[in-house]
Amino acid sequence: MDNRKAPEDFSLEALRSGDRAEFARLVEAYYELIYRLAIKMLNDPQDAEDILQETFLKAYRHLKSFDGRSSLSTWLYRIAVNEALMLLRRKKLDTVSIDETLETPDGEVEPVQIVDWCCLPESELMSAEAQAYLDRAVEALPTTLRVVFVLRDIQGLSTREVSEVLNLSETAVKTRLSRARLRLREELSGYYGEKLREGGSL
Amino acid sequence: MSDHGECRHLLGSLSEYLDGTLEAELCSELEKHLAECENCRVVVDSLQKTIYLYRATAENVAVPDEVRVRLFRCLNLDDYLEK
Repeated sequence: MDNRKAPEDFSLEALRSGDRAEFARLVEAYYELIYRLAIKMLNDPQDAEDILQETFLKAYRHLKSFDGRSSLSTWLYRIAVNEALMLLRRKKLDTVSIDETLETPDGEVEPVQIVDWCCLPESELMSAEAQAYLDRAVEALPTTLRVVFVLRDIQGLSTREVSEVLNLSETAVKTRLSRARLRLREELSGYYGEKLREGGSL
Repeated sequence: MSDHGECRHLLGSLSEYLDGTLEAELCSELEKHLAECENCRVVVDSLQKTIYLYRATAENVAVPDEVRVRLFRCLNLDDYLEK
């Protein structure tokens, strides 16, 4: 998937037979990608670490039954996404969330914020405060949109790879991605538009 | 933007347009519209910047070393901790 970091040159035979060294290589190759997925999905370091550990524990237990029909990275991503979704579901039950009751999970949002904030300096666009805002905006997306956005735009998977991980059609991936991006654009335009006004550029 | 039917109609195509995967016919329709519609140009530019910013922040995620250590420990891979 992310071929620069994790070439798929593992011996499936060794992995299936429980070879520790080969499994350690697999963990080394993918732990950063899985952690990044988890932290962007959950925006909480402790939760992300739990998902990271659970993903590889599950992978180790189920390697014997890995049939090789998908790539190892797709398979690992699938485990991690399922773990993250289960955690989110559990948390939701705990907090009795009401934030999604009034909207269809992935309804279209029409642009309201028409502000050209692209001219803001990089230091402003990428400040620590801005990055925290970006993370919160992703966290606020409905789960169905968030998972597609994180896999596609943050993890850099292709549309086809995302469709394999989530078992969705490519058309559904594109539609959800579009909605996620438009919602985030809207959020960011509100935030950066405010920065422009503060700076007196508007 | 909300007064323009065409803007609304093309909204769902912007994401694919930026990915370079929009089919040719829609692509030229959209570009023709963009040439005339300032608001949609702003939306496209800021949408592109939004995607760019998220890709850039992804590279800033570093896994704390102790997280890696605890991961290897919980998998009984202590022997392989040295990089």
